[in-house]
Amino acid sequence: MRLTAEQLAWSVHGTPLLTDVSLTVEPGQTFGLVGPNGSGKTSLLRLLAGLNKPKAGRVLIDQQPMHTLKQRAIAQSIALVEQQADTTDRITVRQVVSLGRTPFLSALRPWSKEDDAIVAQALRDVDMAHMTDRLWHTLSGGERQRVHIARALAQQPKILLLDEPTNHLDIRHQLSILELVRQLPITVMISLHDLNHAMECDRIGVMDGGRLIDSGLPQEVLTAARLRQTFGVHAHVVNDPVDGKQIMRFRNSI
Amino acid sequence: MSIALTRSSTTGFGLRWLWLTPIVLVAALIAGTAIGETSIPVETIVKVLANQLLGADYAVDRIDAGIIWNYRLSRAVVAGCCGTSLALAGVVLQALLRNPLADPYLMGISAGASTGAVAVAVAGLGAGALSLSLGAFIGALLAFGIVIMLAHAANSGVGGGRGVQAAGAIILAGIAGSQLFNALTAFIITKSASAEQARGIMFWLMGNLSGVRWADVALAVPAALFGLLVCLWHRRSLDAFTFGADSAASMGIAVRPVRGMLIIAMALVTAVMVSIVGAIGFVGLVIPHAMRFIVGSRHTRLVPATALAGAVFLIGSDILSRILISGQVLPIGVITSLIGAPAFALILIRGKRS
Repeated sequence: MRLTAEQLAWSVHGTPLLTDVSLTVEPGQTFGLVGPNGSGKTSLLRLLAGLNKPKAGRVLIDQQPMHTLKQRAIAQSIALVEQQADTTDRITVRQVVSLGRTPFLSALRPWSKEDDAIVAQALRDVDMAHMTDRLWHTLSGGERQRVHIARALAQQPKILLLDEPTNHLDIRHQLSILELVRQLPITVMISLHDLNHAMECDRIGVMDGGRLIDSGLPQEVLTAARLRQTFGVHAHVVNDPVDGKQIMRFRNSI
Repeated sequence: MSIALTRSSTTGFGLRWLWLTPIVLVAALIAGTAIGETSIPVETIVKVLANQLLGADYAVDRIDAGIIWNYRLSRAVVAGCCGTSLALAGVVLQALLRNPLADPYLMGISAGASTGAVAVAVAGLGAGALSLSLGAFIGALLAFGIVIMLAHAANSGVGGGRGVQAAGAIILAGIAGSQLFNALTAFIITKSASAEQARGIMFWLMGNLSGVRWADVALAVPAALFGLLVCLWHRRSLDAFTFGADSAASMGIAVRPVRGMLIIAMALVTAVMVSIVGAIGFVGLVIPHAMRFIVGSRHTRLVPATALAGAVFLIGSDILSRILISGQVLPIGVITSLIGAPAFALILIRGKRS
């Protein structure tokens, strides 16, 4: 599914958090969202997920304006992995992931074997299949994050939104989550702090001060000038002799 | 009881124990009817019930029959309904507001009911046209309305994620509203009540099933069933709030209408119960927590388990309130707290260990 934002604006108490954000993520693309703290990445993802109504502009899912859809219909297409979502409930990993089936269940459509299979697959996808019966409060931060991602995958979304999903993850699971996300045949928007990770996305958008100041192919967007101007760091690119890929190194000053 | 059967499987969705529910409930009702200052054999109870319900014609003592049918059975049924309703209201509020201290009286309902009752009984509001119960019911709804308006006003002044702030606003508004109505109650009592009246009001406020008759059953049973059905219908919505309102919204729950409807439904049911029996504390706060320890947090199991446990707990408390001191009936609220608090502490400690 194609995800389109048209001139989105969002403000809280008259403080603008997003101004005039327009972008399109093509079906199947992985779109990386980067920007300093407070640049509006989370606000944008919330609008795109339908958690907040934009003060101006609109969101389109394919050609359909989001505000004409019911919350349930939105959730059948879009899943969101929030940055921090915790609970004090005594609930197992499997039960958390099962919550992802909520948009598809009703009195007439009870839990089925198919749902069991979807949940099991989602747990395998994030490498948590061996922990299905563990209680939530016994999990580490990284394990919780992976369970949240599995919960979103159990929604079988056509569009997946992830807000800094690699926070708290050890390096192995950072890489495996990013790998998983890239391989998903669905439209993905992912906010990231690690710019080298962002380089692996199909396209990148740079947020600053609530505006989308640039978007395009990673190597075109993340230039030395852009990094100096937006992130306040000096960067230079080195080539990895193993696979010939470019990696960036950063310093505060030259 | 059902507890032992479900203990082992906290992960599945099994409801194998559900068939036990009516049996346990009927057993509790019979116990509530049999036990009292004059204990009545079960055989007599069955005979009276057969006479009344099935039109049988067994010979039974007329006084026994009167005690069973007009006094104890109606009382046990209302106690059960009340326990179910308060416990379910606790489940819903704790789930929606993500606050373990939420209970049915959080939203000013008991404070408003007290004010309403006192306004009728002491200040003579309505000049005899209003009953104590109706006064309490109106007071409860009035206080709830004020709390909700206050929460709404406070919430629109706060930005950011709608989940956390809305829940916080309701809790704070509930505290403010309750304080206001408690002050009004105290004001009316100090201004116009005699010492005897004040004592009577105190007794009523702590919960009193003595005046319960069949007319109250006709009100309590539909209200409790309504509460139970609403909770069962929305069990998946309640589950979806596990990680807060935003997470529920991202899983397709229309947060505002669903949350609003559930809170109003539970407030209505609670107001009905409070107007019949007064403000019985503890049940709505603690039974949901105790049941979470036993059957887990999923509402498919938590709702029926809590409904049953609330009913059994309150019927049991009512029995104790009648037999603990012979010749005197203790306020049931005293029993629920005296028995419930240590029992709850035990569950908490054992839960931590497992």
